[in-house]
Amino acid sequence: MFRRLPEIAAAGDAIGFTIDGRPASARAGDSVAAALLANGVTACRKTPVSGAARGPYCMMGVCFDCLVTIDGVGNRQGCQVRVADGMAVETQDGKREVEL
Amino acid sequence: MTQPKQGGEYDVAVVGGGLVGSALAWGLARSGQKVAVLDEGDIAVRPSRGNFALVWVQGKGLGMPEYAGWSRQSSEDWGGFAELLREQTGIDVAYRRPGGFMPALSEEDLQSRANAMMRLHNQPNMIRYPYEVLDREALLKELPFIGPEVVGGTYCPLDGHCNSLRLLRTLHKGIGLLGVDYRPNHRVERIDHRDGGFRLATAAGEVRAGKVVLAAGHDGARLAPMVGLSAPVRPQRGHIIVTEKTAPFLHHPTNYVRQTDEGGVMIGDSFEEAGFDTTLQPGVSSAIAARAIRIFPLLGKLNVVRSWAALRVLTPDGFPIYEQSATAPGAFVVTCHSGVTLAANHALTLAPLIAAGDLGDRFQTFSARRFHVPQAA
Amino acid sequence: MSGFDFDIAVVGAGPAGLAAAARAAAGGASVVLLDEQAEPGGQIYRAVTETPVRDRRILGPDYWHGAELLGPLRDSGAAHWPGSTVWSVARAREDAAGGRRRIQIGLSRDGSASLLTVRHVILATGALERPFPIPGWTLPGVLGAGAAQVLLKTSGLVPSGATVMAGSGPLLWLLAWQYLQAGARIDAILDTTPRENWRAALPLLPGFLRSPYLGKGMKLLLEVRRKATVIGNVTALRAEGDGVLRTVVYTRNGSEHRLPAETLLLHQGVLPNLNLANATGCAQRWDEVQRCWRPTTDDWGATSVEGVSLAGDGAGIGGARAAEEAGRLAALDALHRLGRLDRAGRDRAAEPVRAALDRALAGRAFLDTLYRPAEPFRVPADDTIVCRCEEITAGAVREAVRLGCSGPNQAKSFLRCGMGPCQGRLCGPTVTEVIAAERGVSPAEVGYYRLRPPVKPITLAELAALPKGEADLDAVLKH
Repeated sequence: MFRRLPEIAAAGDAIGFTIDGRPASARAGDSVAAALLANGVTACRKTPVSGAARGPYCMMGVCFDCLVTIDGVGNRQGCQVRVADGMAVETQDGKREVEL
Repeated sequence: MTQPKQGGEYDVAVVGGGLVGSALAWGLARSGQKVAVLDEGDIAVRPSRGNFALVWVQGKGLGMPEYAGWSRQSSEDWGGFAELLREQTGIDVAYRRPGGFMPALSEEDLQSRANAMMRLHNQPNMIRYPYEVLDREALLKELPFIGPEVVGGTYCPLDGHCNSLRLLRTLHKGIGLLGVDYRPNHRVERIDHRDGGFRLATAAGEVRAGKVVLAAGHDGARLAPMVGLSAPVRPQRGHIIVTEKTAPFLHHPTNYVRQTDEGGVMIGDSFEEAGFDTTLQPGVSSAIAARAIRIFPLLGKLNVVRSWAALRVLTPDGFPIYEQSATAPGAFVVTCHSGVTLAANHALTLAPLIAAGDLGDRFQTFSARRFHVPQAA
Repeated sequence: MSGFDFDIAVVGAGPAGLAAAARAAAGGASVVLLDEQAEPGGQIYRAVTETPVRDRRILGPDYWHGAELLGPLRDSGAAHWPGSTVWSVARAREDAAGGRRRIQIGLSRDGSASLLTVRHVILATGALERPFPIPGWTLPGVLGAGAAQVLLKTSGLVPSGATVMAGSGPLLWLLAWQYLQAGARIDAILDTTPRENWRAALPLLPGFLRSPYLGKGMKLLLEVRRKATVIGNVTALRAEGDGVLRTVVYTRNGSEHRLPAETLLLHQGVLPNLNLANATGCAQRWDEVQRCWRPTTDDWGATSVEGVSLAGDGAGIGGARAAEEAGRLAALDALHRLGRLDRAGRDRAAEPVRAALDRALAGRAFLDTLYRPAEPFRVPADDTIVCRCEEITAGAVREAVRLGCSGPNQAKSFLRCGMGPCQGRLCGPTVTEVIAAERGVSPAEVGYYRLRPPVKPITLAELAALPKGEADLDAVLKH
């Protein structure tokens, strides 16, 4: 679990988005992965190989463990995308589904 | 592993540890031969690490009906071969034969495919096999995700695919279990035929064997003349692209696009004469990607995770060479660019013949003598 | 197709890239600075323009130094393209005929790919954390210490539950110090620095005594040791949990201890982020002291590939201040190669830069030796996952070696290790060392993955939209 430093928490969150359909909030400038951790979501996907749970690990775009579905597009690197107002973030279960 | 005798003495030395060499070594060892596989190291020109993994019959053999029959035989034997491997090693190489499609992007293309299949089957000595020419409506029933430009396609129920990297690993595991002595970093420098046997000078010492099988891919061109054979092969570059793992959506292999058992989509391919240069060309990858999207538009959204360029081992007419040396009996050359499709044949049919020391008449057609056109005086 | 978009492209906007771009542009070249992140700074100065952590005491003065690199970049006139992912660097095929060297950079911006043509490229791809393969390191709740630092810098986030830090190296101590400054919770710091490293490092101490890091480093270390629970001589480590981290188990002096934890932050040094250089074809060598692969470069950062140079940690770990100076050297040499600076001018301009570089590198050998991770943390036991993407264990790699795999490329084709989206970044160093140990040879002999573009994923549609020559189309369609 992660929390904001008090001075930053006091300023409040300006961004509203959803995680698996549930409303959540984040700070402008947060990556999607950071926003998930700030909202108590440590595990963001299950692997396509064994189904094991994974969460953000490197936060710099190299490990690909923070893959999530963002606005309907699967396997996006959560740590490389900034969270935006109204964004729909979904955790993933196994292999990506191809959108038609 | 079997300990080699003094100086390394074997019934057979197989030169090359790719799909061709390891399938032959597996078959030879099952035939009771004591086998060494002499291979190069971690960085080598290895088509076996770069192929497309089709077990394919459709369209092959125009100009050599015996090759059509040979491919068909391998397709028929592949299921049993995969089962033998599974029983021996516990590994499933994911061989499936759901039938394969060749989608066409224009009426002209479809027509020329249909004509080629007809000409193929009208050859003398051709053993006919089933295939269909489908219009767009019929194709849509089997491949619901085709794009609007696809006008139809051809279909052959004998076509399938496997996990070719797992096949390579399984063969290596299998030859280990059969007591084959696999020796990496043993590039063969010279082969001498002496006292009815062969001495192979390698980067890591001499190896002696009663018979030698050249399954060295591109290196066959260099090695074959040392034992009175010829393997006039050249590299032809092909690009392949692989996407991220995706939930299964494509249930049949096609000639350009197939979904692997692990979920990734493999997309090929290209034909370039570029020597041994395996540098990727962005334009070629782009052209491959563009064609794949015309066939299956939904692929456009997928992420590319890897791409590479591999080198086909190509003879002048594209067909394999199978031959025993006339001047150095016991030396054989085996070369083809379909190491996956033909793996079952190499392991189950060819290897026992090599073990027995005689390929018989059936393989006369595959001799490299077909390239030795007498020069006009 | 004969024109150039820029003279020089610099890849990566960390200290090396920022300094290189500013220096090259100040020398009159047209320069573009390409960076994956939305704001400049790289990882070390991540979010320096916009961090919500406004209390400067938390991140410390070394972090805020990064802001000083931004003015010169702005003034230099170099173009800065944030949000640009470079997925390939290649010599153009038309080279031979045209006579002019052209380098094509494959770029992805806002979901669309393009090719950029330049004369020279400076790769400043920085470092990534050395893999720390322990049982359970894939559990959610286990992160790199570097990742935790990114969360702090970009979002002002710190762990809230029971928090354990483990490993060794300067970054681990820096993060602990920053957490203490910020009032964040640290339940324990498990120090895995092998005791015997001190013996090897002591002869190198005189060099370190001249290091600018010395005073700051000691102060920071002492403060952390005073305020936090530091447990030394940890020789084994694993993370346990049921889909999420619950417990950290460690061994000290032969006995096992358990700590409940919600967050485990791992770190055992950093390595050159060399995927792009490797895929570009740059030769690389094994560095026995830093125990990593590093691209081969000359004094100016020039690689084995003409027109491609490297600067900063991507060429071998030297730290942020050294990276900055290396960036300037690479820029001077690029200006020289492009004919904008004669040899004497380059060498003259380089003198103070080299002096500064030497100062910045003083003491590096001491740190490298002291913080070299113990073998069990580099060459893990059989049941430990080494390839996170394909979930391949060290035991599977060893079995492949027994089948005859002599290097990581054959192991990759047998096992799929290194074939996932991370392209070996999180397993490559481990796989090399596991194979080397199993074969009883040096990692130098074993080698490393041969990588290919794209080094970052692009969509098939992006790839399909790139320009294609007639020969490209013929190679695909005329069969």
